[in-house]
Amino acid sequence: MSKRHLAMAVAAVLAAASLTACGDGADSGSDGKTLTYWASNQGPSLEADKTILQPELDKFKQQTGIEVKVEVVPWSDLLNRLLAAATSGKGPDVVNIGNTWSASLQATGAFLQFDDATLGQVGGKDRFVPAALAAAGAEGKPPTAVPIYSLSYALYYNKKMFAEAGIASPPTTWAELAEAGKKLTKPNQWGLAVEGSNPSENAHHAFTFSQQYGGAWFDKSGKATFDTPQNVAAVKRYVNFMAGDKIVNPGNAEYAQNQAVSDFANGKAAMLLWQAAGSSLKAQNMPADAYGVAPVPFLENAPAGGKKVNSMVAGINMAVFNFTKNKDGALKFVKFMTSDEEQVQLNKTYGSLPSVKPAAADPAFAAPEQKVLAEVLNTSAAPLPQVAQESQFETLVGGIIKELFADAASGKPITDEAIKTKLSNAQQQVK
Amino acid sequence: MRESAGERWARRVVLTVLALFVLVPLYAMVSSAAKPLQDVQGVFTWIPTHPTAQAFVDMWSTVPLGRYLVNSLLVSSVAAVISVAIAILAAFAVSRYRFRGRQLFSVTVLSTQMFPGILFLLPLFLLFVNLDNTLGTSLYASRTGLIITYLTFSLPFSIWMLVGYFDSIPRELDEAAAVDGAGPMRTLFRVILPTAVPGIVAVTVYAFMTAWGEVLFASVMTDENSRTIAVGLKGYSTQSQVYWNQVMAASLVVSVPVVAGFLALQRYFVAGLTAGAVK
Amino acid sequence: MSSSVVERSAGQRRTLPGGPPPRRRRRPSLPYLLLIPALVLELGVHIVPMLVGIWMSLLELTQFHIRDWSTAPFVGWENYRVTLDVDSAAGKELLHSFWVTIVYTVISVALSWVIGVTAAVFTQRPFRGRAFLRALFLTPYALPAFAAVIIWTFMFQRDNGLINHVLVEQLHLVDEPPFWLIGPNSIVAVIVVTVWKLWPFAFLCLMAGLQNVPTELYEAAAIDGAGFWRRLRSVTLPMLRPVNRVVLLVLFLWTFNDFTTPYVLFGGSAPREADLVSVHIYKSSFVTWNFGTGSAMSVALLAFLLVVTAVYLLITNRRRFDA
Repeated sequence: MSKRHLAMAVAAVLAAASLTACGDGADSGSDGKTLTYWASNQGPSLEADKTILQPELDKFKQQTGIEVKVEVVPWSDLLNRLLAAATSGKGPDVVNIGNTWSASLQATGAFLQFDDATLGQVGGKDRFVPAALAAAGAEGKPPTAVPIYSLSYALYYNKKMFAEAGIASPPTTWAELAEAGKKLTKPNQWGLAVEGSNPSENAHHAFTFSQQYGGAWFDKSGKATFDTPQNVAAVKRYVNFMAGDKIVNPGNAEYAQNQAVSDFANGKAAMLLWQAAGSSLKAQNMPADAYGVAPVPFLENAPAGGKKVNSMVAGINMAVFNFTKNKDGALKFVKFMTSDEEQVQLNKTYGSLPSVKPAAADPAFAAPEQKVLAEVLNTSAAPLPQVAQESQFETLVGGIIKELFADAASGKPITDEAIKTKLSNAQQQVK
Repeated sequence: MRESAGERWARRVVLTVLALFVLVPLYAMVSSAAKPLQDVQGVFTWIPTHPTAQAFVDMWSTVPLGRYLVNSLLVSSVAAVISVAIAILAAFAVSRYRFRGRQLFSVTVLSTQMFPGILFLLPLFLLFVNLDNTLGTSLYASRTGLIITYLTFSLPFSIWMLVGYFDSIPRELDEAAAVDGAGPMRTLFRVILPTAVPGIVAVTVYAFMTAWGEVLFASVMTDENSRTIAVGLKGYSTQSQVYWNQVMAASLVVSVPVVAGFLALQRYFVAGLTAGAVK
Repeated sequence: MSSSVVERSAGQRRTLPGGPPPRRRRRPSLPYLLLIPALVLELGVHIVPMLVGIWMSLLELTQFHIRDWSTAPFVGWENYRVTLDVDSAAGKELLHSFWVTIVYTVISVALSWVIGVTAAVFTQRPFRGRAFLRALFLTPYALPAFAAVIIWTFMFQRDNGLINHVLVEQLHLVDEPPFWLIGPNSIVAVIVVTVWKLWPFAFLCLMAGLQNVPTELYEAAAIDGAGFWRRLRSVTLPMLRPVNRVVLLVLFLWTFNDFTTPYVLFGGSAPREADLVSVHIYKSSFVTWNFGTGSAMSVALLAFLLVVTAVYLLITNRRRFDA
């Protein structure tokens, strides 16, 4: 009697287990006819991305007979998923990566190297925009990926507010920006919006300012050099928009979900430093003629060694996992995605810039915003340090600036000494 | 036994305050779900100035909410049922038997609950991939893998809580059943389980909710076909903006089946249901 | 406690939860059979990966080595030395994070338990609307964790949030809107969110526990003239002890290891004042790709939790036998 009950219990458990075992699980193709592709979220939503990409993938299938299964992976999960794939040797064939991750991912050795021969298979090194290709891996090594979407920072300003404040042209130096910001700041309106609690955004600005002050976050050998006077000055200059110039709403210190863009779109702030904000602004109902786009300002008096850099090279790269069983197909797909036609089509849709030269000349990118972005990218953008510890830089330094904004917002003074101590502390944690 | 006037008032005041504490965020959700995005981004207002149900329409196309919901319900309920079934067997052994290794088992199982997820996330992922490669199972990025993971998350405490509930059931009942000639399994099914229903229900809810809300493992161990609501909701926070109104609407809608389930389970918590069994 | 009403109500003594039960082992194999499924699963999903995790903590496991762990240099205690050295910058940060977590956990668990008991006791007796209230109280628990936290992120915004709207504009309690998601208040914010999410669980378990309290005990207590507090102290709480013993431990461990709440509430980068250890370790291992040191931190954390739990169980066990 009791045995029967036990048997029943076990049977119930087994039945429930087997119920769930059917009909799922990932499969990757090894027959040369399928590829798995993890795309990054570029459009207004994951589903929108799928809708945008699917017709292109169908086109690729028509041309080559290779079926591409796409999964759009949210940014919040992408790096962890890549890491798990790199560790286990199981995952997609082709992936999108944030270009700032290139050197870190390159260090894993899990990705195909784009040496000259491999680059030749996807159209050759010379096709790519040099700045974009420079952000695809450590210097002196074959790139670990190729760029597909390129972006740069620009200064977005509200035309109506500028006219009301009697400002004729957008600021070209930080002093002018602070000046203009003070004129634009009044009840319920602020000069500039910043994303104070977003470590990545903060770190990107810290990089640009540091370049202008002639500093660097890593030396040639890849060692962290966080607490140099130039870097202290760079961090201070950025935080000072809130702490000293008072042209940033203290509330921005807690922004981490692109509220800065919303504030700009909703007329709560007159200026915004952002990468290719156009499509986001459109999604938030700000018409394109309501704002102007100008290059990010420079220092009024560049110190010795100061570089003419006003943006990081931002963008998305495409990489191929070493463990792919369909390397040929994967490279064909990379070639397809970096072809002139696809580059025009996709970058136009996403509001980004093509990463290959012939497509960049397409009239689709002649709108004022794209012209500014392209000019910055081609002349005055520099890649973030292409070192394996880049993510530590973003986390640590971006986090410090977040703390400093929090201090500034509550009225605490921001001293060089305090910044230097924090940066030294962070530097010791970098390995 | 009667309630004094003081107690009655204390009860009313306390329960009202608690209800407010629970309700205010829920209300904020409802009212934000009924606003257009621009209003949600603006200064908070209690009453929507431009009420709209658009968020409830749009949320289905921003992320594949339906699929995520089905995955979550499936994974959570199967994990809960298996976990509780296994826990009942183990708890019965621990509560009603003295055997060598009893303490060791309890302590080991309990200690697994302390393992920080971050520590074994990557090893577990590797284990699944290796099992798939050698045994041909499909654990990687599948619902099966997720179910197995989640059911072990809730297992330790399910066992412990059930031991607690089983311990509080008088052993006279077992003895009476034994006198009637019932074997141990019959005692478990006929005597202990019916008496322990509220406890079992609580543990099932616990096991279900453990799986329902888990984010860290789901963000690495699922793909778009097996993704659960817990991580899927992050899809409303995109590259360009956060669809606050749609997150709120989606959160409300996905919670409806669970709250309905809670309501249905209410009757197991009615006081006195088990009183007869105890006497 | 020994003079409690429970003691005096004849015939009820043995319904109290006792120590290990008296049943003799007639079939010594049966208990082991019953444990097999649980053992196999725990072994596979927790213990084996855990041992791998401990091994990881002895390696220099950075992005250079994760693809092939056999290339990772074995560094022995080096990771522990680096992370636990309280004189180093990393060690100081970890220690700080650890204290923050202890404060956060103790306060959150205490509040959740007190609210849970209160609600369970007050809804024990039937009244109109009780079923509705019970379902309402469980709703925060039914929301997916992400949803429950994101709504609070939304409400805690400084300029547009509900909390400041009420505090500043409606109640005029403060003039300048405070920050909740950054700065010193952030620890308050994360505790509030945790309690909101957690207390329904305490409520659920204690409500189930109360079902096993025989009404006769209350009747006997009432005859003895015991008031509300005395009944609570002498009947309700002693009868809930076996459930409490587990529930408090669950709440403690859960809260201590909780990752979702701080991660979602602060958008991935917690302010220093609320730098909870789970997010701290996540940042150290996943974001910066240093799994060796990250694992060492986790193992240290685990050791701490094991000690706390062992002490807790010893104390509560002794009390159990004393009762």
